[in-house]
Amino acid sequence: MSVYLLRRLIQAVGVVFAMSLIVFIGVFAIGDPVEILISPDADQIERERAVRALGLDLPLWQQYLIFLGKAVQGDLGRSFVFNEPALSLILQKMPATLELALVATIGAIIIGLPLGLYAGLRPNSAGSKVIMAGSILGFSLPTFWVGLMLIMLFAVQLGWLPSTGRGETVEVLGTHWSFLTWNGLSHLLMPALNLALFKISLVIRLTRAGVRETMLMDYVKFARAKGLSPFRVTFVHVFKNILIPVVTVTGLEFGSTIAFSVVTESIFAWPGMGKLIIDSINVLDRPVIVAYLMVIVLMFITINLIVDLTYSVLDPRVRLEGK
Amino acid sequence: MAKSIRAAGALTLGAALSALAFGATTAAAQQPTTLTMAVGSPVTSLDPHFHQLSPNNAVADMIFSKLVETDAQARNVPGLATEWRAIGPTTWEFKLRPNVRFHNGAPFTAEDVAATMQRLPNVPNAPSSFAAYSRPIARIEIVDPLTIRFHTHAPYPLLPLDMTNVRIISATTHANATTEGFNSGALAIGTGPFRVVQHRSGDRIEFERNAEYFEGASPFQRVSYRMITNDAARTAGLLAGDIDFIDQVPTTDLARLRGDQRLHLSETVGLRLVFLALDHLRGADENSPHITDNDGRPLGRNPLKDVRVRRALSMAIDRAAITSRIMDGAATPANQFLPPGTFSHVADLPAIRHDPEGARRLLAEAGYPNGFRIQLNSPNDRYINDSRIAQAVGQMWTRIGVRTSVEAQTWATFVGRAGRAEYSAHLIGWGSNPDASHPMRNIIGTQNPQRGWGASNRGRYSNAALDELLLASLSELDDGKRERMLIDVQRMAAEDVAIIPLHIQTNIWAMRRTLQHAPRVDELTRAQDVRPAAAR
Repeated sequence: MSVYLLRRLIQAVGVVFAMSLIVFIGVFAIGDPVEILISPDADQIERERAVRALGLDLPLWQQYLIFLGKAVQGDLGRSFVFNEPALSLILQKMPATLELALVATIGAIIIGLPLGLYAGLRPNSAGSKVIMAGSILGFSLPTFWVGLMLIMLFAVQLGWLPSTGRGETVEVLGTHWSFLTWNGLSHLLMPALNLALFKISLVIRLTRAGVRETMLMDYVKFARAKGLSPFRVTFVHVFKNILIPVVTVTGLEFGSTIAFSVVTESIFAWPGMGKLIIDSINVLDRPVIVAYLMVIVLMFITINLIVDLTYSVLDPRVRLEGK
Repeated sequence: MAKSIRAAGALTLGAALSALAFGATTAAAQQPTTLTMAVGSPVTSLDPHFHQLSPNNAVADMIFSKLVETDAQARNVPGLATEWRAIGPTTWEFKLRPNVRFHNGAPFTAEDVAATMQRLPNVPNAPSSFAAYSRPIARIEIVDPLTIRFHTHAPYPLLPLDMTNVRIISATTHANATTEGFNSGALAIGTGPFRVVQHRSGDRIEFERNAEYFEGASPFQRVSYRMITNDAARTAGLLAGDIDFIDQVPTTDLARLRGDQRLHLSETVGLRLVFLALDHLRGADENSPHITDNDGRPLGRNPLKDVRVRRALSMAIDRAAITSRIMDGAATPANQFLPPGTFSHVADLPAIRHDPEGARRLLAEAGYPNGFRIQLNSPNDRYINDSRIAQAVGQMWTRIGVRTSVEAQTWATFVGRAGRAEYSAHLIGWGSNPDASHPMRNIIGTQNPQRGWGASNRGRYSNAALDELLLASLSELDDGKRERMLIDVQRMAAEDVAIIPLHIQTNIWAMRRTLQHAPRVDELTRAQDVRPAAAR
């Protein structure tokens, strides 16, 4: 087990290192941050001063080595735009994104599992056809369009929900959470639904496929032949077994929900990491871009690890050492 | 915030009903106490001297004041200074406003001005500093607490204009102030109309009014200043009633917003010119990077060095079509940098006529009867409808025989290459200060790092006679004479087609009917420009 964990850790360091190098070169290739950040009126003296102030006068490899040296000590550089440590900027914005992603993921499971179960048990009913058709829409409609439609319907036409923003927050354990007040919750509802839409469809399809497959298994037939109630067959024998792929995929999806909440966050003006990264990319704020991607890579690695561990608990046939 | 506005609406309705019921004749004016504004560009810092950037400057204007303020038309008006004049060729004297206090009660004096000027060049890590405004000043002399003199290195007529960019901080409160201190809100203490209650970076800033503001307190008790970068979401917020006031109204939504009974727009011709810069760097017998003959072979000469070609390219453009069809009326065709009514606008400069026939004749005269091929570069995320304008120009040029391909890129990539003069022709914009010396020095003047000229002269235009006159105007302290000189400079640039002006953008804000707004030519979105509408 510990050998396995150690190997994963070494892999993680390698990935983070490679990623930082790619981003460094990538941002350099896109353009010069000073050209974007500087006031158009600035004269040549001011331009030179800005280049020096941001440390961009050195050759790229030297900039990268300086960055590495500091990164080892936990300093990922200061944002060009905010003049604050990039890492703390990201960590400030992280709770908002985590909250959104968590609510979206939990919502996807709460909505997706029952619907998928129903569609799997009654594959030919009209209800399941509607559910399956709906899940295709959930897959194929672009997030930004759905988001705008949600705003137009629930905020502009009906006036039920606030159009954008995060609303009131309550401070618990040093971070702000919005699901604890009605106002915060009403702000959270639409962006979470928008973010969850894809995942709801995914869970529906996974569950349905799992149920259809499992229902034909010998142990299910045997259980029914034994005269167990349909309820027990479904929720004990079938349900447990279909959970394995659902847990894996939702777990992995959780990472991408956080990393790719960019679109939803910018449409709903949700003050999370996604909005920060898109604003930072627009102005080539390299320290923030690099730090953000490093955080995301670390997060993905952690989530994958947790998924693997959970998997081995749910399915005793899986042995981690054997991989 | 939305709640409070709706509540206010309900109260007015209630008041109206009770007025009916009791036959009362006076309905108490129920004024909204909170103003919720949404802006399209994120504010990145509350430090007034960290990043020279319009959204930051707008917010800094709400918190801090300047010696010289500008009105909606960008004319200089008294601010923290009540009067100023040049008392010698290199000395400007400012009389300061008495009895002004900072938000924390500290009195405002000449020491604060001196401390501010001291800080301008010394803000660590500033991506675009305000140092340029302290550079012309050799020495600061405090005559008495309410009189200050700036001694400049050379005669410097632009000092009052420079002062419209310098927000005054306190010598005591802001000793050793850091950008983080400002950003946290703790040091965001000025003499301006609003004080900061809370700053959530990239999301919103909550203000309350400064009841002691020297120009009179705002009618709004609180202002919620939100950043919603997505255009559609900002408009939707206004339509939904969550937001009272938005800026950067997308041109595609103009018709819908105009038709909405609950809303209205405020607009003004701005100071931002969209124009085409041409390659003046390559000599007449050199190849320009993106110009070939009609078969794609190098031309062996740079046609853009011939003024007839430049004029033909300018005459080929139907500016009225661009402003009406692409800009939906949110722009005015232009023949120069500044709009009418501003200092040094050239009133008698004829409009550029759309004349494709004449353009073809001029091209033939210049030796290109069959035209040539050119690539027009443009950003696609910087100016309103930028890449669509470039497409239209490309078609108009092609119509006179200059076969044009258009390449639009993101600003981040575009601006660096434009700065290195890698393009033959490119579309770009410029937001002027209301003084022609500003665009002339930066865009038309020959590149010269010592003088600080031509930093944005991406076409590398150069004209010795023009430079000479411009230089003379920069040490002329008599504004009348100076204006005449600047008008001549601009006339020279126009005759030589140094750049091809397209249009000046209109600045547009949208708000509920219960509000009125003084639209600013400088595009700044500030709460002090918004008031409840006069009762109808």
